[in-house]
Amino acid sequence: MALTFKHGIHPDYYKELTAAKKIEKALLPKKVAIPLQQHLGAPCQPLVKKGDAVLEGQKIGEANTFVTSPVHSTINGKVKEIEKHPHPVGGKVMSIIIEGDGTQKEWGNGSIGLDIEKITIEEIRAKIKDAGIVGLGGAAFPTVVKLTPPKDKKIDAVILNGCECEPYLTSDHRLMLEEPEKILWGMKAIMKVLNVNDGYIGIEKNKPDAIDALENAKKSIIPNLKIIALETKYPQGAEKMLIKAILNRKVPVGKLPMDVGVVVQNVGTAKAVYDAIKYDKPLIERVVTISGNGINEQKNLMVRIGTSFDDVLNQCGGMKKDSEKLVIMGGPMMGIAQTNLEAPVIKGTSGITVLAGDAIRPSDYKQCIKCGGCVEACPVNLMPYRLTDYARFNRPDEFKAWGGLSCIECGCCSFECPSNRPLVQWLRVGKLRVREAEKGSSK
Amino acid sequence: MDEKIQNKPQEKSKETTQPTIDRLVVSSSPHFSTGDSVPKIMHAVILALLPASAASIYFFGLNALLLGLTCVIACMLTEYAIQKIRRKPITVWDGSAIITGILLALTLPPAFPLYAAALGSIVAIGLGKQIFGGLGYNIFNPALLGRAFLQATYPVMITTWSEPLTKAAKHGIDAVSAATPLALMKFVEPKVMTPHLDLFFGNVAGSIGETSAFAIILGGLYLRYKGYINWKMPLGYLGSIAFFGWLFYLANPQKYPDPLFHILAGGAMLGAWFMVTDMVTSPTTSVGQWIFVVVAGFLVVIIRLLGGLPEGVMYSILLMNAITPLINRHTKPKVFGEGNQS
Repeated sequence: MALTFKHGIHPDYYKELTAAKKIEKALLPKKVAIPLQQHLGAPCQPLVKKGDAVLEGQKIGEANTFVTSPVHSTINGKVKEIEKHPHPVGGKVMSIIIEGDGTQKEWGNGSIGLDIEKITIEEIRAKIKDAGIVGLGGAAFPTVVKLTPPKDKKIDAVILNGCECEPYLTSDHRLMLEEPEKILWGMKAIMKVLNVNDGYIGIEKNKPDAIDALENAKKSIIPNLKIIALETKYPQGAEKMLIKAILNRKVPVGKLPMDVGVVVQNVGTAKAVYDAIKYDKPLIERVVTISGNGINEQKNLMVRIGTSFDDVLNQCGGMKKDSEKLVIMGGPMMGIAQTNLEAPVIKGTSGITVLAGDAIRPSDYKQCIKCGGCVEACPVNLMPYRLTDYARFNRPDEFKAWGGLSCIECGCCSFECPSNRPLVQWLRVGKLRVREAEKGSSK
Repeated sequence: MDEKIQNKPQEKSKETTQPTIDRLVVSSSPHFSTGDSVPKIMHAVILALLPASAASIYFFGLNALLLGLTCVIACMLTEYAIQKIRRKPITVWDGSAIITGILLALTLPPAFPLYAAALGSIVAIGLGKQIFGGLGYNIFNPALLGRAFLQATYPVMITTWSEPLTKAAKHGIDAVSAATPLALMKFVEPKVMTPHLDLFFGNVAGSIGETSAFAIILGGLYLRYKGYINWKMPLGYLGSIAFFGWLFYLANPQKYPDPLFHILAGGAMLGAWFMVTDMVTSPTTSVGQWIFVVVAGFLVVIIRLLGGLPEGVMYSILLMNAITPLINRHTKPKVFGEGNQS
C-alpha cells in the first residue's frame, strides 16, 4: 500500500489529455499586465512610471515588508499604463501594463548544476527574494519567508510537493519529466538554506514516469533524497495531508508545517529557485496546463506572467463554440472561475481549465439527506453538512466549536454531495462570519 | 449567494470585448462532482428491492403484488397531496416515496387487507416524513413508522400469517394460516426450529418481503457495488444480532436459537440492508454508525428472546432512529491535528 492520509476522494483525473504533451514555449506576448499583487502578503509599489522603457527581468514593483514578493517585467518594452486591471483571483488590482517591442532576452544555457558549496545561505535567500519567487502550487506564499523560519522553529525535513492531485493539471508532472535535474538542484539549495539533511519528494503513483525520472536524476545530485510514491487520492497535495502521509506528523489546528519541523515546497518552485541562483533569472514565466473539454487543443505551455487568458487560449485553438463555458484558473476542485479573460496569468496560475456543456456543474441544489458522504470525504474530519447549517443560520460560535475554521476548502464535501449542495461556499461564509463576530466583540 | 452569475454578452459595451466567448459561467469551487443525485440513488434502491419484491410474489402470489401496488400508489398520492397543499415542489418521482411504499408492503403479512395497507402508507408518508418537512428532515424511517402504526391499529391482522404458496399447494388449497419461524421458536412448545435453508430462500411464513434472505442480499450487494451503502451498517447490524444471539445460545442451546437462525429469520435481513442503511435516519459519523448498529442488534435479540413480541427489528431501528440526532451530536470526529502538540 502506498502511503496516504485518511478520507479524501477519487475523482476522474483527465490527466491523459495533457500528460504526454511536452512543454511548449508560448508566443511572445505583445502586451502584458503585471499585477502588483500576485502573492500572499503586502502589495508592491511600482518602481517605474508611465512611459518608462523596461527590460525583460527588470524589477518593476516591490514592497518594504517581510511578507511580500517583488514583481518583474516579463518582456522588453515600454510601460503603457499603471492602472486597475482585471485579476484572475477576482476584481481589479493595480497592474503595470507593458507594451512589448518584439524582442526578448536570452537567459543563458549550458551545463546544468550549481557550485553549491561556494554559495552562501544569505546569497541564496537574497536571490530567491530578488527573483520574486512564490509558491507555485497555487497559494503563492513568498518562498523566502518559508525559508526564513523563526529561530525557535527547528526544521528537520523538507518535502517537495509533486503530487499534483488536482484533476486536469499536468504542469508539475511535465516539469518533473523534462527538468528533473533543475528541480533537484533547486531542492539542494533549499535544503542548504534550511540546514536540513532529510529531503523528500512526494509524488502520486499515477505518475510512475516522473518517479523514475527523479530517481535517475537524484543519484548524482542528492543521493539520500527519498522519493515517495503516494496513493492517487485527492487532496494528497494539500500540505497537511502530504506531511501526514510522508512523515506521519499532524500539523496542529491553526498551526503551520514549520510547527512540526517541516517546510513544503512545490516542485515548480524548486525549479524557479534553480533558475534564480544559476542565471539570476526572476520568476517571469511558468508552466501552465491548458485543458478541459471546452478548449480545442489541450497543451502544456511555458507562459510569461502577465499574458492574458485570452492570448493563452487563442494559442490553444480557442475555446469550443456553441455552449456555455466555465474558465477556471487552476483545476476544477479548487480553481477560481473567471469573469473576464483579459485577466493575466500570474505566478500562481498552474493551469487554465475550460469546461463546457455537461461538464459544468449545475447550479441548483436540493435538501440534505444526511447521507454522511461529506463527513466520510472530509480530509480534516469535519461534518460539513452540519457546519454549513451553522454558517447559513449565522451561528458563528457553533461553527467555530465544531471546527469550521480548520476547513481547507479542498472541495471533497461538495464533490460527494448527491444533492449538489455548494458546501464549500457556505463554509467560506461561515469562516467569514466567525471573523466578523470576533472583530465585533473585540471592539 | 447561491445563484450562478451568467455573464451575458454586452454587445454595446466598449469596455468588455470578449471575442472568443458567448457566455461565461461563474461559480464557486469545486466545479466538479460525482454526478450522483438523490433520484439516482433512490432509483438504485428501487432496483435493489426488485429481487425481494419478485420473491414476495413468487411465494405469496397475487396478494403480494396487490399489497405492493397499493402501498406504492398510496405513498405517492399522499406525498403529492401534501406537497400540493403546502405549495412545495412536487417530488413524487424522486423515488423516495416509492421506496417507502415497497418497504412497507414487504413488511406486511400476505393476507393483510388493502385498505389497511393504504392507511398505513398515508401515515408513513404523512406522519413519518412530510410532517417533518419532507425527505431529509424526517427522524424515523417512514416505512417502519407506518408499520408501527398498523401494528398498534390492527394487532390481529398484522400477526395473521399464512404459508407460502409453494407449501400451501401441497395441501391443495389456496392459503393456510401458519406461524412465522420466530413465533414457532418462541410460542410453541416444544419449540419448532425452521431449517436454515428454508429461511435462506424464503420458503416460510412471514411478511411478504422478509422471508427470502437470498433475494434481499442480492439487492443489498447491488447497493454496496454502487457505493450507496457501506459494509459497516448491514454487516454490523447482522453481526451484532448474531453476537448477542450467540451469547444466549451459549447459555442455553435448548431454549434459545442459534445465531444463524437469528439473522435469517424475521425482518433482520431486510432491516439490515434496507432500513438500517437509510441515509436520512441513520448517523452520519463513523463512530455513530457503529453505535447505531451494535445497540440496534442488541435490542433485536432482547425483544425477541425476553420481550413479549416475537420480532424486534422494527422497534430496534425506530428506537435508534429516535436517538440518531443525539448520536451525531456526541460523536463529532476529532478534527485533523486537534490535540496534537507542536
